Amino acid sequence: MDIYSPKTHKDKVPLVEGIRAGFPSPAEDFADPTLDLNRYVIKNPASTFYARITGDSMEGAGISDGDIVVIDKSLEPKDGSIAVCFIDGEFTLKRIKLEKGKLLLMPANPKFHPIEITEENHFVVWGIVTYIIKELKGS
Amino acid sequence: MGCIMYGLADCNNFFVSCERVFRPDLNGRPVIILSNNDGCVISRSNEAKRIGIKMGQPFYQLKQMIQRYDVTVFSSNYVLYGDMSKRVQMTLQSLVPATEVYSIDESFLDLRGIEDVKLDDFGHHISYVVQRNTGIPISVGIAPTKTLAKIASKLCKQYPKLRGSCFMHRPEDIEKVLKKFPIEDVWGIGRRFSAMLKSRSINTAYDFTQMPMNLVQSLMHVGGVKTWRELRGEPCVEFEEQSKDKQQITVSRSFSKELADADDVRQQVALFTSMAAEKLRKQGSVCHEVMVFLLTNRHREDKPQQFANRLIRLPVATDSTLELVNVASNTAAELVQEPYEYKKAGVILSDITPKSAMQTVLFDEVDHEKQDRLMSALDAINKKQGARSVVVASAGFEGVRMNREHLSPNYTTEWGEILEVKG
Repeated sequence: MDIYSPKTHKDKVPLVEGIRAGFPSPAEDFADPTLDLNRYVIKNPASTFYARITGDSMEGAGISDGDIVVIDKSLEPKDGSIAVCFIDGEFTLKRIKLEKGKLLLMPANPKFHPIEITEENHFVVWGIVTYIIKELKGS
Repeated sequence: MGCIMYGLADCNNFFVSCERVFRPDLNGRPVIILSNNDGCVISRSNEAKRIGIKMGQPFYQLKQMIQRYDVTVFSSNYVLYGDMSKRVQMTLQSLVPATEVYSIDESFLDLRGIEDVKLDDFGHHISYVVQRNTGIPISVGIAPTKTLAKIASKLCKQYPKLRGSCFMHRPEDIEKVLKKFPIEDVWGIGRRFSAMLKSRSINTAYDFTQMPMNLVQSLMHVGGVKTWRELRGEPCVEFEEQSKDKQQITVSRSFSKELADADDVRQQVALFTSMAAEKLRKQGSVCHEVMVFLLTNRHREDKPQQFANRLIRLPVATDSTLELVNVASNTAAELVQEPYEYKKAGVILSDITPKSAMQTVLFDEVDHEKQDRLMSALDAINKKQGARSVVVASAGFEGVRMNREHLSPNYTTEWGEILEVKG
């Protein structure tokens, strides 16, 4: 069985090649690959995933409806991490708060309430958010 | 002491596990994955195994069971599985000195230089990190040979207490395990040999190791002796770090409905061939042989059955879609016979050599240089505009219409299909 996955930043051809007919371009020897956002945003390609956010409970943390978050599953959750959590059958984005042996999921919007995780919840931290991709409307 | 140890990392119920990464609600529930065209079961969760769903069982036989036990069904999503497999491999590579990718869900690990006393903890560490980073549960087996490492990893699946890793090295432990290990599950034994061995009352791996070597040699030749030695703790299957170019490229698919018309079959085979030729060029090789095969639907016992195939030796090795499609699709059309209705076809490119070593024939009628330029252009367009934007005309324009009614989103490869999370 052969499996393919889409190419990301490999096999990029520098654009200076076409000038060969005239003078050799002095820049040709220095053609470095263009800045690659993947290399900036993705520290661990094997454990990096993306998710699209619906809803505004994390508005105060700068994460709005329609934004895309970059998630690294290899990071351990810490107090204050913004995490994609799976709780009782649903994915949700919240800030993790550890307080006196309690685990709380904190919204960043006064309209929402904190959720306390107890043994009765089916709960896992799916991954830690490392970046937000936000399109500026009207730009 | 520091004898070389081999590791095997095997993903548990891999395709099911891939789906569950993005559907944690399915943990603890029966889940099955269907083959191309939703034909039969190719991966099962433990819960699905427990209710008696068998590997390879045709989907249509399962309708009642699926309702009764509320089984979740997926069509195979190889784009997703391929991407997840790559992530598991990358993670393994970051942990051990070298790996050998054995299949989409299995890799051998080179554990040279790691002290024996640390191997047990190390195996658990590997298992933990892969699960944390990718969400895929794996079973790591560590043993003095590859064949034994495979057995050790199977033990992890049977005994959750082992927590995903089993280091099996003391001769007395190995003996105990082999005495319970069915011969048919040993790597390299296969169905034919296990039937033969069982008829001689060789039922476990241990029974096999107790056979005299010359008897194994005469019954099963070199391959059997290798397995025999490996089970006795003597490494015979080397570690292959370099992923070798494929010696054979196969593209085969089931059709969404039975085809009886030669032209319809020709069109499908042309498409498969162009996919195979693209793979061939990707690894920089040429092939000398093309095999085409056609299969009728073996689950339709009411209809006549046929398996037709033909091997064609090319005068000059090639990687050209045009040449290969031409040969393969004509052959396919010739193979079609009344009254058969075909359900599946495939193309196998073989006798593959690197293109750089290609020998030309003096009177070759094909202008290879011109073809090369055309083929690079074709690959470039298909890469840029999406796979199969440009196809050889006989391949048709609709592609293979596959039944994939239960397909999951491409969570990791399509922006429009990434996970949705409530904020």
